[in-house]
Amino acid sequence: MTGPDIADLADLTIAEAGTGLRSGDFTSTDLLAAVTKRASATEAHLHAYLTLDHEGSTRAAEAADASFAVGEDRGPLQGIPVALKDNMCTLGIETTASSKILDGWIPPYDATIVTRLKAAGAVITGKTNLDEFAMGSSTENSAYGPTRNPWNTDRVPGGSSGGSAAVTAVGSALGSFGSDTGGSIRQPAALTGLVGMKPTYGIVSRYGLIAFASSLDQIGPFSRTVEDSVLLLETISGFDPKDATSINAPVPNFGGSLGRGVSGMRIGVVTEFLNGDVIDSQIIAATRGMADKLQDAGAEIVEVSLPSTEYSLSAYYLIAPAECSSNLARFDGVRYGHRSNVEGTTEDMMSHSRAEGFGPEVIRRILLGTYALSAGYYDAFYGQAQRVRTLVRREFASAYEQVDALISPTTPTTAFAIGEKSDDPIAMYYSDLCTIPSNLAGDPAISVPIALDDAGLPIGFQVMAPALGEEVMYRVAAYVERLAGFTARASLATSEVVAP
Amino acid sequence: MTVWEAVIGIETHVELSTESKMFCSCPADAEGEPNTACCPVCLALPGALPVPNGKAIEGILKIGLALDCDINESSIFYRKNYFYPDLPKNYQISQYTFPVCEHGHIEIDVDGASVRIGITRVHMEEDTGKSTHVGDGDGRIHGADHTLLDFNRAGIPLVEIVTEPDIRTSQEARAYGAELQRIVLALGVSDAKLEAGSMRFDVNVSVRPVGAKELGTRTETKNVNSLRSVQRTIDYEIDRQIKVLEAGGEVRLETRHWNENTGVTTSMRTKEESEDYRYFQDPDLLPLEVTPAWQSEIRSGLPELPAITRARLATLGADMIAAGVLADSSDLAALFEEAVEAGASGRAAGIWLTGEVVAYTRRSDVAVLETGLTGGRLAELTAMVEAGKLSSSAAKKVLIAVLEGEGSPEEIAESKELLQVSDITAIEAAIDHVLAENADAVDKIRGGDMKPFGFLVGQVMRQMGGRADPKVVRDLLTDRTAG
Amino acid sequence: MPVEIDIVKVAALARLALTEEELDTFGSQLGDILEHAERVQALPTDGVPPTSHPLPMVNAFREDVTAECLDRESFLRSAPDTAGGQFRVPRILA
Ligand SMILES: [Mg+2]
Ligand SMILES: [Zn+2]
Repeated sequence: MTGPDIADLADLTIAEAGTGLRSGDFTSTDLLAAVTKRASATEAHLHAYLTLDHEGSTRAAEAADASFAVGEDRGPLQGIPVALKDNMCTLGIETTASSKILDGWIPPYDATIVTRLKAAGAVITGKTNLDEFAMGSSTENSAYGPTRNPWNTDRVPGGSSGGSAAVTAVGSALGSFGSDTGGSIRQPAALTGLVGMKPTYGIVSRYGLIAFASSLDQIGPFSRTVEDSVLLLETISGFDPKDATSINAPVPNFGGSLGRGVSGMRIGVVTEFLNGDVIDSQIIAATRGMADKLQDAGAEIVEVSLPSTEYSLSAYYLIAPAECSSNLARFDGVRYGHRSNVEGTTEDMMSHSRAEGFGPEVIRRILLGTYALSAGYYDAFYGQAQRVRTLVRREFASAYEQVDALISPTTPTTAFAIGEKSDDPIAMYYSDLCTIPSNLAGDPAISVPIALDDAGLPIGFQVMAPALGEEVMYRVAAYVERLAGFTARASLATSEVVAP
Repeated sequence: MTVWEAVIGIETHVELSTESKMFCSCPADAEGEPNTACCPVCLALPGALPVPNGKAIEGILKIGLALDCDINESSIFYRKNYFYPDLPKNYQISQYTFPVCEHGHIEIDVDGASVRIGITRVHMEEDTGKSTHVGDGDGRIHGADHTLLDFNRAGIPLVEIVTEPDIRTSQEARAYGAELQRIVLALGVSDAKLEAGSMRFDVNVSVRPVGAKELGTRTETKNVNSLRSVQRTIDYEIDRQIKVLEAGGEVRLETRHWNENTGVTTSMRTKEESEDYRYFQDPDLLPLEVTPAWQSEIRSGLPELPAITRARLATLGADMIAAGVLADSSDLAALFEEAVEAGASGRAAGIWLTGEVVAYTRRSDVAVLETGLTGGRLAELTAMVEAGKLSSSAAKKVLIAVLEGEGSPEEIAESKELLQVSDITAIEAAIDHVLAENADAVDKIRGGDMKPFGFLVGQVMRQMGGRADPKVVRDLLTDRTAG
Repeated sequence: MPVEIDIVKVAALARLALTEEELDTFGSQLGDILEHAERVQALPTDGVPPTSHPLPMVNAFREDVTAECLDRESFLRSAPDTAGGQFRVPRILA
């Protein structure tokens, strides 16, 4: 008798895999073997994983199989192989945030998301590459080398959660988790043809997520379908007493309106993000095309102007660095992480450890944030950025008095070439133009793949909703997914390298 | 010659005695093996997040209300950013604008006069870890070649209480510190142990010519840890600054260190470029909102404050000094009140309690409640003294025996034969005997020389075995030796 | 116009021991980024309160109860230098 075709298992959605596990078609161990095989076939090309936890994932898969065997079911992720961005602390498993300063660090605790995934019976395959401390939009700023895009390995997968995007896109995990501070889930999802979402601020605990910018960071899922996105988000959401900013209220029913269609909804297209000066024309065309289809499907499409979003990028690049300059102060060579061999005082040791341990983008942002908070500049920079943040929030709030959801492109361009923007920080910062406003507002937003451009690279479509409006967001996203009929897979996922 | 006046302000840090730390669930107890009361939060491991301790918030509200502060309805946690190895996050969670409490005051008593010291603000923060300096410096930071860090203390809730520059003398400063300590103890929010560092003072001192409006340049002497040192530090700084100014020099704005052994302050020689703390609202923490309802709930739960207790004890008859001592000990104060209730004179009860009783409990290291003394027995004792049944020395003996648990004053005086003899015939017999043996002394007295009178009293008392009422003896002797 | 900044002072404040060359590079990049960031100043924000936190929530407290602490070895083994259960750092004063 031949076993299940494990190469195929790596291409299942989480929902499909869940059905198969429950009907006994295959085991979690089979699923793990499939994604592990996919990883060993593709990692040399992608470098998406920093750590593969063979021992832990094998044990978790066996435990899940044992649970299924006795009819114990802890939910839709039981037995499902998922990957985590390497800025989430995992007890006993190296966690580096892709920084040399944390090289070899073994956390003595689990992040809340990890605790929840374990409790749900999920199989954590390993830790994925990112831009150092989640600062970047290409996953080129990793101390351990860049991750490549499985659609075209000369291209970046986006960032900062590029590793998590690549593993789900290529099938070396069925789903994965990233963190999104200014677009770090949605932008790589767009660039790798995935569904990637950033939840309402406070829905998912940040405890154990290595902080970049505390008031903006949110953990969220990558998946191949909107339905999977719901399953992943449901498992990790909910109040956490260890995170003072987590919302102490019942989790909304994220998937309650999947399949309801968009008829009767009012949906706003953000005019600022259809500006041909900053957004690629193919992306604008695809976005407009989808808006038309939504209209044909019974939604009322209106143009909505959010003038302050023009200033969002500038505000973001003051607020995020300011918070990061303080959040990253703890990396000082005293209690963990890299310590310089320099002779001298503790202060010398700290200053050299930090200069040696952090990469240039991190140093750039720490310097920027330190400056923006320093005496004499605070009000003109950080203070003003926070007031602009209020204006952005107000604009979104008043937009949501008119419409149920907002739509836009996710990114100004499709996947760009490795090295193309690495010497031009400001050009790189523009990658997050359309995604940043939702972080400033604290609202949920999702990217859904809708088409390929002329170069065969995926185009992402963004759906935004008001705070705690995940149900509405998913309702629109699911319909966009259906209208787009996007079934293309990354070339690396289907090429001969993965063939048995 | 210029007459100088000092301007003094004090910042006090009080460690709250909560069960757990300010932002994590580690025990707020720095004792024990180094680094055994630590978790991801208080070690500032990557990814850890703070969650405030509600009990500590209650603690600061109690302090703020006891100091008559305005409570800000909305207050905010800030990050105070500076790098120091004992500060795990390299920022301290503290407050900046919008502290929990502002604009309070405290009344202190200095030489019988009441002085009002303004309280600028009372804010919430967290303690740092403990450094041990190892090397040639005798445990001091100067000359040490490395430093060991224990983070058990890191994150223990701290309340910082800042005065207005209203203090003028070292004596006032000491009285302020003592009164603040009493208040904190009465509130039960801290053990306020100065020697253990759970209450410590930073003292700001400047001097200026009397009548000048502008303030002189101040120095800040950090972590002074006894009331006596507060006074000595200030005396030293006032003296030093005046000398510097009179010699035509300038006082430098700097942080100084008080050395208990040498009795001098020295410059800490930290970087003098002014610190840039880059305060900003901590994005990991939500604003703290104290509703009027919460405020009044806390207010109604406040215990009687020491100043009120002192005033009440004084109206019961205790003298000023006794009232102060009694107010500092709820056990003594309770005994006092019981005794007065049972009929004792407040003055006498106060004196016995704060004198003999306190001395006895210290000597034998027992709590007053564990002795045989009750308010009723104390009242019985004072009544016996007043009625002339006990001499003061006999009363002392009786009191000790009561404390030792040997019974009631009546029983003890009886069994130990300490009751005073007021029976005139017995005393007259003794006087007869003494006068017969000391005829020359009687002659002298009758000749106007009163010197031997005391000697005669002593002889009679001796004859009586010390149990005669000395007043009666005096009266009778006066009659008998009169010319 | 790129913003002029005292990069030496900022690097010292951030405890980053950078070389002359790095200081130059970062200094000019920061100047450019700040020039871009200065755009926020173009928006009139009189009377607009700052947003520090995206959701209007207050008062998240913890019960005053203790929980188990970390086993000391679990974190000391990651420390660059330790002695007797403590973290060790070089001398603090020069
Ligand atoms: Mg302080
Ligand atoms: Zn702790």
